[in-house]
Amino acid sequence: MHKYANPTFFMRIANAVFPYAAGISILCFAVGIPLALVFSPPDYQQGETVRIMYVHVPAAWMGSMVYGVMAVSSAVYLIWRHTIAHIIARASAPIGAMFTALCLVTGMLWGEPMWGTWWVWDARLTSMLILLFLYIGYIALGDSFEDQERGDKASAMLALVGSVNLPIIHFSVEWWNTLHQPAIRSFEGFSINAAMLWPLLLMVFAFQTYYVSVLIIRLRGELLSAKIRTARFNLAAAE
Amino acid sequence: MNGQKFPAAEFSGADLSCRRGGRTVFTGLSFRIVSGEVIVLRGPNGSGKTTLLRLMAGLARAVSGTLHWNDADIADDLCAHGARLGFAGHRDAVKSAQTVRENIAFWASLRGAAPTHVDQALNTFGIRHLSDIPARVLSAGQRHRVALARVAVSGAPLWLLDEPTNTLDDAALNALRDTLSAHLQRGGMIVMASHGDLFLPQARALDLRQTQPAAIAA
Amino acid sequence: MSGFSTILRRELTLSLRSQGDVMTVIAFFAIAAALFAFGVGPELNVQSRIASGVVWTTALLAALLSLERLFALDYEDGTLDQLMLSGTEPIAMVLAKTLAHWLTTGLALLIAAPVVALALQLPTQAYGALMMSLALGTPTLSLLGAVGAALILGAKRGGVLLSLLLLPLYIPILIFGAAAVEGATLGLSTSAPYAVLGGLLVAALTLCPWAAASALRHALE
Repeated sequence: MHKYANPTFFMRIANAVFPYAAGISILCFAVGIPLALVFSPPDYQQGETVRIMYVHVPAAWMGSMVYGVMAVSSAVYLIWRHTIAHIIARASAPIGAMFTALCLVTGMLWGEPMWGTWWVWDARLTSMLILLFLYIGYIALGDSFEDQERGDKASAMLALVGSVNLPIIHFSVEWWNTLHQPAIRSFEGFSINAAMLWPLLLMVFAFQTYYVSVLIIRLRGELLSAKIRTARFNLAAAE
Repeated sequence: MNGQKFPAAEFSGADLSCRRGGRTVFTGLSFRIVSGEVIVLRGPNGSGKTTLLRLMAGLARAVSGTLHWNDADIADDLCAHGARLGFAGHRDAVKSAQTVRENIAFWASLRGAAPTHVDQALNTFGIRHLSDIPARVLSAGQRHRVALARVAVSGAPLWLLDEPTNTLDDAALNALRDTLSAHLQRGGMIVMASHGDLFLPQARALDLRQTQPAAIAA
Repeated sequence: MSGFSTILRRELTLSLRSQGDVMTVIAFFAIAAALFAFGVGPELNVQSRIASGVVWTTALLAALLSLERLFALDYEDGTLDQLMLSGTEPIAMVLAKTLAHWLTTGLALLIAAPVVALALQLPTQAYGALMMSLALGTPTLSLLGAVGAALILGAKRGGVLLSLLLLPLYIPILIFGAAAVEGATLGLSTSAPYAVLGGLLVAALTLCPWAAASALRHALE
């Protein structure tokens, strides 16, 4: 455990993983996108618009999953004080926020032809919108301190507070939704067949490996900027 | 304040390192203080005097090393550790909307000290005549005396004082010296940061220049 | 427990001496609610329709106002250091300060709410639910707020950041608070929203003081 917490050792593994993750991601996208957008059958109810699902659903999953990664890493950071865990959380936040935003945009694009409006306060979309706010709050808090460590700890705690609240928020939004808007059609409303499942799974896998690849690139950047910071401190101290 | 003696105790730190804002301020620092002793922390700006005092108080956390009070690690019960120390930092924690007496009485009551101790402390530091005045009209030196009076009423054996002599006039300096001597006589301990003289004849200096990362590397 | 009441008494004294605090919160509440009325127009049945949501939303925003200063003043003048070292459990200290915050904002809002609701044409049968839901919901706002206020100590931008952190977390309370009032307006049962608001309050009461206390420790490090 502590061995993996050493940033140098951790990065050696991450760098070894990187070409595979990036390669698999490119491959999955190369096969998955044509399969999803051209070769998969249209839905009998939704027609061609169902193809947005191949981006929307993986993006939604990744948006939630990355927040989970952030929460777990933040807990590891706060309990065992492994800086690398926090760096993973901080590097993940913008990626997760982007997935969440992608989910919202594709949801709106899908909503226009299906619901006749760009935005419906559907329970899932609303939950994703709140998740995006949580991401933005996390990023803003981490950047708000002169003292880097203070920002690290505060944002790590916020990630934990957010992860405790997410299920409550989701539950209340769902409850609120059924109270005010009974029966609107959403993605859950159609039965998925094998011809749709395979491209979907491929896209999910492509998104996951994409996340891992971008995370590793961002980790390199974070560690380099930490090195620069230390070097500057030493310069000021030596003077 | 009262004549009662503190039970003999020992406060020690071993191999302490501390980082602040991404920079190591000191490393490999050890100290030991027993009842009736006073340590004066010496060192230039940025050598970590304030950080060390906050570390001793249990407010800051060390990267490595431990602090013990009579063989018990202070990290096991920070709340109990806080109760056995009086701390006067850079910021005086005086509320402008309250009178001088209310300010001190609040802390005395949190510590369970008798109200008579409040009057005694007000007398000692020469702020008795200000006791019913809102603290917002006090000068910096007067506020500082209120902060010192708070330490005096704490009834705690360990006093941690950050530059206690700053902003004090001669009369207040004498009062402080008398109060500190009386505290040591009762079996109290004092750790104070100062870049002036040692202030008390029995003081022992702890020079933080010895524990700078650069000094150790060289 | 004596530490708790000593701190509570001092907090109340301090906030009563700077009289502005309580009045500002109530004035903000009233003005924000009036803005909604100006926004939607003077039509009485439209106002009556949105009254439950407007009263709850504006009360929630008003509760945010003074939160920024819950720990910030004590952090700046060194009082927080002293409180941590006073031998009082930090959790009891957080609870005392949060209760003082609720007494000076939540309770004040509770008293002002019927007047604001009256101006917004809230139907008569909903006033009980309004008071009950605010009584159950506003303490949770203060408790969650204490965690947020502890997290932003020492941050470069205070108030806006605090709103950004807290508002998403306040959504469930708003949903169930407003739902209780609306339910009562329509003559439905309000027990479900009450149960959830009560549950959230109990959860917040157990988790938030602990989280805020540990955030304070980190802030002082």
